[in-house]
Amino acid sequence: MSAPLLVVDDLAAGYGGAPVLEGVSFTLDPGERIGVLGPNGGGKSTLFRTLLGELEPAAGSFTAAGGFGYVPQTERSRLDYPVSALDVALMGTLSHLPWWKRPGRGGRTAALAALARVGLEGRAGTQFGELSGGQRQRVFVARALVQDAPVLLLDEPFTGVDQPSAELLELLLGELAGEGRGILIATHDVDQVRAWDSVLCLNRRQIAFGPPESTLDRHVLEQTYGGSIVAIPGADGAPLGILPAHHHHHEDED
Amino acid sequence: MHALVEPWRLGFMQRALLELVLLGVVGGVLGCWVVLYELSYSAESLAHALFPGLVVAALLGVPLVLGGAVGVVVAAVAVVIFGRTPEIGRDTSVAVVITTLFGLGVVLGLSPSSPPGLNELLFGDLLGVSTADLVVAAVLGSVVLATLLLLHRQLLVVGFDRGSARAFGARPLLVDLVLLGLIAAAVIIGVQALGNLLVVAVIVGPAATARLLARRMVPMMALAAGCAVAAGLIGLYLSYYADLAGGASVAGVLVLGYLVALAVRGGALLRLG
Repeated sequence: MSAPLLVVDDLAAGYGGAPVLEGVSFTLDPGERIGVLGPNGGGKSTLFRTLLGELEPAAGSFTAAGGFGYVPQTERSRLDYPVSALDVALMGTLSHLPWWKRPGRGGRTAALAALARVGLEGRAGTQFGELSGGQRQRVFVARALVQDAPVLLLDEPFTGVDQPSAELLELLLGELAGEGRGILIATHDVDQVRAWDSVLCLNRRQIAFGPPESTLDRHVLEQTYGGSIVAIPGADGAPLGILPAHHHHHEDED
Repeated sequence: MHALVEPWRLGFMQRALLELVLLGVVGGVLGCWVVLYELSYSAESLAHALFPGLVVAALLGVPLVLGGAVGVVVAAVAVVIFGRTPEIGRDTSVAVVITTLFGLGVVLGLSPSSPPGLNELLFGDLLGVSTADLVVAAVLGSVVLATLLLLHRQLLVVGFDRGSARAFGARPLLVDLVLLGLIAAAVIIGVQALGNLLVVAVIVGPAATARLLARRMVPMMALAAGCAVAAGLIGLYLSYYADLAGGASVAGVLVLGYLVALAVRGGALLRLG
C-alpha cells in the first residue's frame, strides 16, 4: 500500500466566526475516488477552499503529498471574458512557472494534450463563453490536468452538464484514478457516489466516511440531508434510489 | 494632401501627437484590464482624488509623479478611515473623500494667488506639451507596459474567476493593488495633455470600444491602442482646423468611436438573428 496523498485530521473551518464545518477526518489514497456528499451549505466548498489554502483551518490539520488540481463550479466563470478554451487550459501552468514567465512550447503542448484528453481538441481556439456548459466543464478539467497535481478537487462537476459530457467526465475520472491520482468530487447525487470508492458525508460536520455500500444507509442520509429524504423502493424491496427532498439549486454554497 | 500634412510641420503639433500616441498605447492596453475588472468608475475616482497631490507638486515645483503618488496614498487612507465609520458607510465615504479632495485641488489650483498655468492640470494643455513631458510619459509608459506584460497571466486568471484564482497560483490582492498603481501612473502620464477631467476617457473609451469587437485579450489590447491613437490623430486635426480644445476633441472622437462600434456590433447581431 503506497502512502496516502491526503490525510485530514479533525479539521474545522469557517469564515472568522463559528466554524461552518467541523470534525472532518479522512484519508485519500492513490487511485481513490471519494464522493463528497452534502446539502447546499453543508461545507463541501468550505472543505475545498481550506484544502486549497484560501481559508485557514480553525482547528485540526491536513497533510497533502503535493499540490491540488482544481475544477471550480462553472457557474462562477465569466462568459464575456476574451479568452479561448486554450487560454483557459493554459491558466493551469501559472502555478508551475515563476509568476512573470509565460508558458513556452511545453506549456502549450500540455494544454493542447489536456484539451484532447477531454475531447475538445477541435475547440482550442473557440471563445470560452461560446462553448456549451458541458464543454466549459471539460475545459476546466483540462486546466486541472495541466496543473498536473497528485490530487484533484472537483466542485460539483456534473451540475448543468449534458449527458455526453457527463459520461466522458465519469470515464476520465476512472482513468485518472487508474493513473494513481486521488480525486475528491463534491456532488448532490447520491446514486452517482455509489460507483466511487468512498463517500464523505458532510452537513456542517462530518457525518460519515467509508465505502458507499456500507456507509450510505438511511440513517446517515437523514443526518446528511437533515432528516428530509425520499426513498424510492425498488422491485426487490431494496431502495432503488434515495433523493434528498429539498429543492436542488446550485448557487453559492457558502 | 497638403491639409493632412500641414499641421505636422509645427513642433507643438508633433509633440502633441507623440504624447497622444504614448498615452493612447498605454491607456488602451491598461484600459482593457480596467474595463474587464469593472474598475472604470474607480479609475475616474482615482484620477480626481490624486488631483490635489498634482496641484501641490506643481506649486512646490517637484515632479508630478511624486505629488500623484502622495495624493493616491492620502486618498486611499482617507477612504479606509471614513469607510470604517458605521454612520458613513463605504459608498458614501468614497464619494465624500473624492469630492473633498478634488474640491481642495481646485481651490488650491485656481485661487487668484496661485501661479498661472495650474488650470492646465484640470483641463490639460495638449498643444503645450514639452519635450520633458514626453520623456516622463515615455519612461512612465514603459514601466506601465512592462508591468502589464509581466503580470499578464496573473491578471488573466484573477479577472476570469477571482474566487478560484488563488487555487491556480494567482494573488488577487496583489493584482488589484498593482492595477490601481498603474491607473495612477497612466493618469499622471495623461494629465498634462488631457487634464484631470478627461484623462480617464483615454483609459476607458478605447477599451470599451475594443471589448465590443474583439474576442481575445491580445487583439482587444491592440484594437484599444489603435482606437486611442486614431482618436488622438483625428482629435488633433479637429483641434487644428476647427479650433476646438485639443483634449475635448480627442475625448469626443473616442465617444463617437464607441457609438460606431456599438452600431456595428448591433448590426451584426441583428443579421445573425
